[in-house]
Amino acid sequence: MAVMTREETEALIQEVLEVYPEKAQKDRAKHLTSNDPSLEQSKKCITSNKKSLPGVMTIRGCAYAGSKGVVWGPIKDMIHISHGPVGCGQYSRAGRRNYYIGSTGVNTYVTMNFTSDFQEKDIVFGGDKKLDKLIDEVETLFPLNKGITIQSECPIGLIGDDIEAVSKKKNKEIGKTVVPVRCEGFRGVSQSLGHHIANDAVRDWALDARDDDDTFAQTAYDVAIIGDYNIGGDAWSSRILLEEMGLRVVAQWSGDGSISEIELTPKVKLNLVHCYRSMNYISRHMEEKYNIPWIEYNFFGPTKTIESLRKIAAQFDESIQKKCEEVIAKYEPEWQAVVDKYRPRLEGKRVMLYVGGLRPRHVIGAYEDLGMEVVGTGYEFGHNDDYDRTLKEMGDSTLLYDDVTGYEFEEFVKRVKPDLIGSGIKEKYIFQKMGVPFRQMHSWDYSGPYHGFDGFAIFAKDMDMTLNNPCWKKLKAPWVANDAEETVAAEA
Amino acid sequence: MPNVMIRRNDEGKLTLYVAKKDLEDVIVHMEKDGADGWGGNVELADGSSYYLDPLDSEPKLPITLRARRGQS
Repeated sequence: MAVMTREETEALIQEVLEVYPEKAQKDRAKHLTSNDPSLEQSKKCITSNKKSLPGVMTIRGCAYAGSKGVVWGPIKDMIHISHGPVGCGQYSRAGRRNYYIGSTGVNTYVTMNFTSDFQEKDIVFGGDKKLDKLIDEVETLFPLNKGITIQSECPIGLIGDDIEAVSKKKNKEIGKTVVPVRCEGFRGVSQSLGHHIANDAVRDWALDARDDDDTFAQTAYDVAIIGDYNIGGDAWSSRILLEEMGLRVVAQWSGDGSISEIELTPKVKLNLVHCYRSMNYISRHMEEKYNIPWIEYNFFGPTKTIESLRKIAAQFDESIQKKCEEVIAKYEPEWQAVVDKYRPRLEGKRVMLYVGGLRPRHVIGAYEDLGMEVVGTGYEFGHNDDYDRTLKEMGDSTLLYDDVTGYEFEEFVKRVKPDLIGSGIKEKYIFQKMGVPFRQMHSWDYSGPYHGFDGFAIFAKDMDMTLNNPCWKKLKAPWVANDAEETVAAEA
Repeated sequence: MPNVMIRRNDEGKLTLYVAKKDLEDVIVHMEKDGADGWGGNVELADGSSYYLDPLDSEPKLPITLRARRGQS
């Protein structure tokens, strides 16, 4: 199928919406649109960050997922207590591939599950005493932890436990950072509010710990990587590029990050924001309080990586800019070889994306470097400012879908017939059973890293491996496939 | 009465950001910007307006302020 015109896209949206009752139709229509790159503001064409409709299959998560799973969870030397019933912690345990260095259970705790395991009596009589006791136990069993966060699950907010008071008390007793995070799952419409709450918790309880301490030797080239969760080692492949440029990466937020890095971040000269959606709040706060400017960057695919490296270098003096050009020149043969090898195999293939809050726009460049075209994209929990940034990245009249429902996504795929879909685990098996090649773009399908020049080689290989896999031709049993061909022949 | 953050964007223009509303837009007009103070009624590129209590002079940006509904 060729590129769709605006009318065709609009007609497709209308057709998909037809099965809904009138009210639902009206609501969902606001979330689906065909892209118009000439618009400056997305609110003229798409609504986002609104409550999902009851009765449809949404793909979103909750505020707890946003805080425990994304922002706080990867901080490796702290213990993150899932405060509430046992399920939330256990089912989200080690689900994200936030890689880290250290010995799990000794000085790092990311893949472990700590929970207060709420029972009926805790709901009736309150769980503060249990939390108090739990923190003492944690201190005895894991004395090398550098701090504790309390990630509230829904019941904590419902019964009104005072986790802040417990935190303050335990902070005095054990002398370590204890952070209460009010990220009850029912808050907000998606995990996005969880990110915001977690950012606010960092701001209120952790960030300013070393404000009066100037023992940390600073340089003029200190930067912090903000919003890189080290999925499959992403932050490491980004970090080496920055370090080769002559910058010193003081902190990684929060993949392979630590509480000490967080406390040192106010001392950097520039914040580099990769995931704008989940960490712009803290970057804005640091800009206001500590005068640290922040810039967004994108390390997916060589074109965008080079663009971003130059943009970052432009914030520093000429020595960095010179080294930046050296880095770019050094890696050129490497990524050029990747493009030469894979582009002929992938050229012209069409991709549909549906990811969280950053990748729907960030990975477009990487696909384009391989000669592929993104024909539809959408965010689970993006806000208007994310769509503002997306409009320019996407081609004219391509599909944009916000908080797409399971049904809509399937219908779009049936009609648009992309060659590849990039989305999450919940969508994976539906589309694979439909016979469409699929990559998980949340966890890189257990591969990675995809950031930087090193990551691009893996990205290209993975896309080729998925798209040109011979299995897609063998989805039909041979006798069924033959039947279909014969019928076509008979009709003709 | 939302909390708004005023900062300068890459082009040096003043922008107003409201986290709760996902609103970030360029300020096209500010009632008082100069010798007579800083603030007052501000108008955004999208047409909406807010009222900031006037300050004596331009503060260090970015800054978080309380804003009220403006008169347009």
